[in-house]
Amino acid sequence: MSALKIKKGSTSHSAYQLRDPHAEASERHTLSVVVDNEAGVLARVIGLFSGRGYNIESLTVAEVDHTGHQSRITIVTSGTPSVIDQIQAQLGRIVPVHEVHDLTDEGPSVERELALFKVAGTGDRRVEALRLADIFRANVVDSTLESFTFELTGTPEKIDAFAELMRPLGLVEVARTGVAALSRGPQQAK
Amino acid sequence: MARQMTGAKMVVQALKDQGVDTVFGYPGGAVLPIYDELFQQNDIRHILARHEQGAVHAAEGYARSTGRPGVVLVTSGPGATNAVTGITDALMDSIPIVVLTGQVPTFMIGTDGFQEADTVGITRPCTKHNWLVKDTDALAETIHQAFHVATTGRPGPVLIDIPKDVQFASGAYVTPKQADTRHYRPRVKGDLEPIKALVEAMETARRPVFYTGGGVINSGPAASQLLRELVDATGFPVTSTLMGLGAYPGSGENWIGMLGMHGLYEANMAMHDCDLMIAVGARFDDRITGLISAFSPGSKKAHVDIDPSSINKVIHVDFPIVGDVAHVLEDLLRIWKSRGRKTDRAGVKDWWAQINDWRKKDCLSYKNASRVIKPQHALERLEALTRDHDRYITTEVGQHQMWAAQYLRFEAPNRFMTSGGLGTMGYGFPASIGVQMAHPEALVINVAGEASWLMNMQEMGTAVQYRLPVKQFILNNERLGMVRQWQQLLHGERYSQSWSEALPDFVKLAEAFGARGILCTDPADLDDAIMEMINHDGPVIFDCQVEKHENCFPMIPSGKPHNEMLLGDAATEGAIEDGGAVLV
Repeated sequence: MSALKIKKGSTSHSAYQLRDPHAEASERHTLSVVVDNEAGVLARVIGLFSGRGYNIESLTVAEVDHTGHQSRITIVTSGTPSVIDQIQAQLGRIVPVHEVHDLTDEGPSVERELALFKVAGTGDRRVEALRLADIFRANVVDSTLESFTFELTGTPEKIDAFAELMRPLGLVEVARTGVAALSRGPQQAK
Repeated sequence: MARQMTGAKMVVQALKDQGVDTVFGYPGGAVLPIYDELFQQNDIRHILARHEQGAVHAAEGYARSTGRPGVVLVTSGPGATNAVTGITDALMDSIPIVVLTGQVPTFMIGTDGFQEADTVGITRPCTKHNWLVKDTDALAETIHQAFHVATTGRPGPVLIDIPKDVQFASGAYVTPKQADTRHYRPRVKGDLEPIKALVEAMETARRPVFYTGGGVINSGPAASQLLRELVDATGFPVTSTLMGLGAYPGSGENWIGMLGMHGLYEANMAMHDCDLMIAVGARFDDRITGLISAFSPGSKKAHVDIDPSSINKVIHVDFPIVGDVAHVLEDLLRIWKSRGRKTDRAGVKDWWAQINDWRKKDCLSYKNASRVIKPQHALERLEALTRDHDRYITTEVGQHQMWAAQYLRFEAPNRFMTSGGLGTMGYGFPASIGVQMAHPEALVINVAGEASWLMNMQEMGTAVQYRLPVKQFILNNERLGMVRQWQQLLHGERYSQSWSEALPDFVKLAEAFGARGILCTDPADLDDAIMEMINHDGPVIFDCQVEKHENCFPMIPSGKPHNEMLLGDAATEGAIEDGGAVLV
């Protein structure tokens, strides 16, 4: 009978680590989920992600059909293709979930995010911030003599780029909504 | 015009309209109005458990043995939290149960009131769905929806949390027919395309095997019937998970035994070496697959499951078929017949020769003893002496559970109730109570270990109160046998906390509850003692004192594939490597 000699870090081989983390590359996917807008539905979705160890990069939710009481949850997640398939299937099991679409897989889609940037500064830095905001087509929604608050809508990459530019110019804080997305074209996502 | 009634009356009316005849529960402050309504009627029988966990397991036993949903009624706070283990057990094994919990009045929710708990929050991950009903007008419809969700698609537990003021207030009652259940309609019919592809694969397979699971039983009697027809018509071998035992008869010609960690050698070898695996209502659990990367390397795999998330979750399959087992098997059988009932007869014949060769290992053989009762022997005698009875078996969890699966024979579905997914010690005794409630004339035996059994021993009160003649067949080795076995194989024989000290005298314990106790220590007395147990008209605790250090074999050691099974004590030296040691 051998004594217990478990190598450090070997818990990554637990029976519950069923997926080989190196087998497939991780991909970023945007999921669009239509749900009944009822108490606890967001908790069910989030609980699924935390309970099964899936990632959430961004999540937005709001009621989109006031008469039908339906909300759209847009989730940006990352995982291997088989994990993404599992996430879709697991979301589909939730009783108040009506539709699950993988917008990344199902053809072209548009993604937009809104962000607010508070940038404090005076003199040249202030002028430069305003100039760059103009290039990015950001709106000024609040200003004082030593600060601007910009509103910017765009893809997450555009918002990242703007944040990078604002950082040396006195960026104080950022608020982002997370991604809202729809499929392109005239029809509903299938 | 809808009938007006109080929420409490609505609960009882809705249960009646759903055809419920038995409720398992435990009263408390937040469900008093419902208990008051139960008191004033005679259509629904309430079984008072002695602990809410027992009530849920009893409802599970009732549900598994009848195919109808089990119903539980408990109070708020501790009533609900005590039920959580049972609810989780039902979720893991896809058992339809409807749990009704009381809640503090709506105006007190969130104030940390007496016996308040966030029941829907706590049970959200362990139910198929749950509801907090804040309006009496929505109560009846919610209950009907709950029954629909629990029993439709992949079955599971649901919970309805009912604040006390909602029980007192009046509202409009709706019948099951009027309730809106349109939204939840899982598909039951499988796509014909993959079914056809599977039929083609079946026609040419040389080494096929059916791997069946609890989904066949959950699908209903028609599914088991169709499985038998399909298996017998094709002549393919069939194995099953723990949860699926009985769907195909244990005496059937094509039966090759249970598979998995403690499954039969021939079944696991067939799974490893097959060229076509047809998984039906089974979910590739880690107890089944062993080492994933070496799981059945040379086979094409088909997977029939009503839950799309089960497919490709653990094992990638070639023929994914989402649908109800009975519907899919019906289509499969029809298409296979219409194409001329073809199989590769020569290939399958060779395959059977190979399987029969594996059978020669006689993997369930064990060294019997004359002075001490071997647990395997006890179960063989139990099987021999109860085979001809109208018999239902429940088990607790551990070695005895695996031995029961290996040495008892199940001829029909819904006859074997065990905690498969969650592995809940303490399941079997209350489950046997639920089974006996549903089948008053049947012989209901709980095959138990002494440690598991003690976890819900308070239910002796229930068994005696309702004169339920459940037989508690305890294989008493004064050990947590499976824990002890793993410590022997894996932890240098350091038996940390795995013995049962200060055990009760089970005969006196039985007598203290007003039941019969039987002690058996000598193999020579075993048959007479078992007959005494069977013939006693009342609950029995059978203290069967067995060999204390018996190990459960065969065994796929952690981290090993199917074809590297341990067959007996001689082969266990260094069997589990470091990598396997971290597996559960």
